[in-house]
This record gives sequence, C-alpha cells and structure tokens, in this order.
Amino acid sequence: MTRPRRGLVTLAALVALAVVPLIAGLANQPFYLDLFRRIMIFAIAAVSLDIILGYGGMVSLGHAAYLGIGAYAVAVPALHGVHSAWVQWPLAMALSALAALIIGAVSLRTSGVYFIMITLAFAQMLYYIGISIEPWGGDDGMRLARRSQLGGVLDLADPHVFYYVVLAMLAVLLLVGERVIEARFGTVIRAVKSNEPRLQAIGVAAFRYKLAAFVLAGAVCGLAGALLANQTEYLTPSYMHWTRSGDIIVMVILGGMGTLAGPVLGAATFLLLENVLAAWTVHWQIILGPLLVLVVLFARGGLLSLLPGGGARDG
Amino acid sequence: MAEPLLAVRGLRKRFGGLVATDGVDVDVGEGETLAIIGPNGAGKTTLIGQLAGDVRPDAGTIRFAGADVTALSAAARSHRGLARSFQITSIFREFSALDNVALAVQAHAGHSFRFWQAARAEASLREPARAILERVGLGGRADVVAGTLAHGEQRQLEIAMALATRPRLLLLDEPVAGMGLDESQRMVELLRALRGHHTIVLVEHDMDVVFALADRISVLVYGRVLATGAPDAIRLDAEVRRAYLGEGQPA
Repeated sequence: MTRPRRGLVTLAALVALAVVPLIAGLANQPFYLDLFRRIMIFAIAAVSLDIILGYGGMVSLGHAAYLGIGAYAVAVPALHGVHSAWVQWPLAMALSALAALIIGAVSLRTSGVYFIMITLAFAQMLYYIGISIEPWGGDDGMRLARRSQLGGVLDLADPHVFYYVVLAMLAVLLLVGERVIEARFGTVIRAVKSNEPRLQAIGVAAFRYKLAAFVLAGAVCGLAGALLANQTEYLTPSYMHWTRSGDIIVMVILGGMGTLAGPVLGAATFLLLENVLAAWTVHWQIILGPLLVLVVLFARGGLLSLLPGGGARDG
Repeated sequence: MAEPLLAVRGLRKRFGGLVATDGVDVDVGEGETLAIIGPNGAGKTTLIGQLAGDVRPDAGTIRFAGADVTALSAAARSHRGLARSFQITSIFREFSALDNVALAVQAHAGHSFRFWQAARAEASLREPARAILERVGLGGRADVVAGTLAHGEQRQLEIAMALATRPRLLLLDEPVAGMGLDESQRMVELLRALRGHHTIVLVEHDMDVVFALADRISVLVYGRVLATGAPDAIRLDAEVRRAYLGEGQPA
C-alpha cells in the first residue's frame, strides 16, 4: 500500500515489458512483440481514462473518440504525403485535446448518468462522422501507406524499435502521471471524486480543474490513437465505436481504478484473455464477463489489489 | 454606524409549495456570534445554504463585507471570507486529516494548476494545516484517514477546514449534532475559543450550546425571523417560548 512499494510494482511491470522482445526472440514468436505492443498502446489509453475515471470520478463512456481522432491525425496526413511523426503525433494530441475541450465543456456541466450519456453521444457522433467521410475510407477505413517517420535512427518499421518507443512513452506517462496525481492539481482531482460540494465550500471552483483533467486525458488518449494506427497500419472508424470505449473502461476496472499500474495490468489481462480465448471461441467474452463480475464483487481495487504491494492509493 | 459584516435583506426561497425562507432580514456585526434557533423544518439549513452560496435564493440580497454576494458561487464566497461547516459531516473521507486541512489551505494559496511538485511536500501547505489541526485539538490525529476518525473528531476536522480558509465569517450548521456529552463539551470549548477571533453564525438545536456561545439569538419559525435579541431577552420572550422552547418549561 505504501508509495515505494507501489512504485516497485510499476517498475517491475516496466522491466517485464522491457524483456518481452528478448523472450519473444528466444521463443521465436515474433507475434508476442506485436501483442504486447498492442497491450501497451491500450495501457496508455486506459491510464489516460483512469485519470478522469479512477481519480476524478468522471465516468466517460466516450473515451475511444480520442483513440479515433489520434488515428485519423496519422492516417489523413499520411494520405496527403505527410508522414513525419513530429507532425502527426502532436496533431493527434492537439485535435484530441480540442475535442475533449468541447465535449468536456458541455458534459462536465452534468454528472452521473447524464454525464455518461453525453460523453457516449459525442463519441458516437464522431463515429458516424468517420463512417460518412468517404475520402478517408468511410465505413471500411483505409490502409496506412507507411508508419510515422521519426527520422534518424528510430525507424518504426522495425518492430523492436516501435516496441521500445511505445514502452518509453508508457514509462514517461506513468512517471509524469505519478507526479501530477500527487501535485496540487491531482489533489484537487482526487478531491472532486471524494466530495465535490466540500471542495466548492473551501473555495475551489472545481469545473476548470475537471475540464483540464478531461482535456489532458483526451490528449494522452489521442497519442495512443496515433500509436494504434501505426500498430495496425490501418484506420477504421470502429476505433471510436462505443464498445471500444467500454473495453477501455473494463481494462481500468479490471486492473484497478485510481491507480496508474492498474490500467496497465487491466489492458494486459483483457488483451491476453482476448488473444488466448478467442482461439477457442468467438464468444470469448463469456469468460471475461464473469471474471469482471468476480473482480467487482471480491476485489474492488481490481487485480492490482491482489498483488503484493498493489492496491489503491491511500487517499 | 458602519455596515455590518453580513447584511441579509428580504431573503426568500420556496421549494414547490413549501416556503423555506420567507422574507428573512439578518444583520451580523464584526466579531459577533449570532445563533439561529428554531423548530425542525423552520428553514435553518436552507438559510445557511443561501448564505454559503449552495442554494440560490428566489429574492432578496446578501451583502457580505460591503459587497453584494447574492449571485456569487460558494467557491467565490469562500474567497471573500465565508466558511461553513455542514450539518451532515462533509469531509474528504479517503484523505488523511492533515490532507483535508492542507487542501483547504491550498484552495486559498493561488491556483492549483501545479503539476509537478508533490503537494504533500509543500511546507507552505502542510505547516499551516498542522497548526490548525493543533488548534482544534486534532494535532495527534493528523495522519489518520479522515473517514476513520470518531464522529466528534470529524466535526472538529470540519471546523479546522473552515479555519484553514482564513474566514471572516464562520457559518456553523449544528456543530454538536449527534455528539456525546464529552465531545459536545469539547466542541463548545473550541467554539468559545474561536468567538473572540471570528464572527460566527451558528445554527444549533442544543440550547445549552446556544446560550453558552451566542451574543444574540434569532428565532426562525416557518421561514420567518420571529424574534432577535440578547439571550436573556429571548429566554424570557413569551412568543418564543410558545413557538419553540416549550411553554411552561424553564429554558
């Protein structure tokens, strides 16, 4: 429960992820490189959602919208011959931040079920817009001609390089996230979840902080979307579908809300289960469903709380 | 005569068919302790809510420290120097006692768009918070998770959070509600110590507490101020006794 031990769990997870390519190489299973890269990309998305959902108590059911916006910010410039990651990735974050600003400015005036419904509505709206834009592939989506170009020695076409770029981003996110959560800003966000009327009464106009957290989370998820487009080398509006938003929520809850390592564990569990079980049956969620029920009933802190040194932060 | 610190005029609030506040006028002078008493359903908590900014009045004005604050939010009023405690304990239950108070200090120490330095390591937040916990008698309980504190301690913590905002006026909604005799006595001692330094508006059911602390008492019945006066005058007021204190019984 203590902070040093939580940090240790995170560090152990990052080290484990760092050796995956070695193991995949030794086992001659390059597929695992692909799978774990995908896990880390969704981990970034899940961590970003957890900042508003787990820490701030804002249950957004439209978080996949930013995943899609980020993917479009890679694929559309690529369609026009702009392949530089230095253009695409900041664009992904900026557009996602802008969308989050607009969505948040409206939805954060509500709470509870209304908030869930409005975030869902916005995301579905973007999904249908994506479907209807034929030049960008419409319903079918479109192939990405080549991965984002970082220039110099970092070539994302090399699966190992791409893997470690994603890992570095996840590591930076976890490090920065820990600081932000413990700083004044994060303290206010946690207080929003704990008792918002009390926060107002002591003089904090909570709305601007909630909106800022919403925008930050959107921007980070936009980056995950940019990475996802590179991962699949494909763009499809289904990245924004509401079931995808649901998947990310499940990852957060499964791993442990209100922690940074939890969503990483949740993303890994979710995608590994999907991978293993989908080989047996297309109805693999028949297994996932009961597992989620068990976690919610018996391990409120998610799977992370079952690990030694895991568990939610102490206030 | 200088304008009173708090001046309420013609305040009205109705919820559907229920008139909760029906033309209330109240003045509270700097340094004064005003107790508001009245039977259940008299509209005391609604009145406090309007003073604090959580409930928007239908009509009337609230002037505080020389300015009209009627349209201001609760957060904005906090920055003008209004602080409140809640009838039903309202704290950050998952935070430690010290974190609760430090957050209240933080709320009045510039904006919170600071993303890097750990708030728990900021001496400018922790030290004042520690001193205030000491002052309300929770010095030894600083690191206890607030939700696990005893009921009386949680009420003390509420007072500490209010004090941390450096208020000019404390709005206290039933500070001894649900307390045992010992806890209640400790709270009265605490409030007595605050009286000299702060202006206080106190809503309370416990008449012993009211008569121990109040400079003046206003009696609220059906959303109206029935009488306002010195404690002794209120104790003897025949109308008040009929309406509230119970006729024939010594107060």
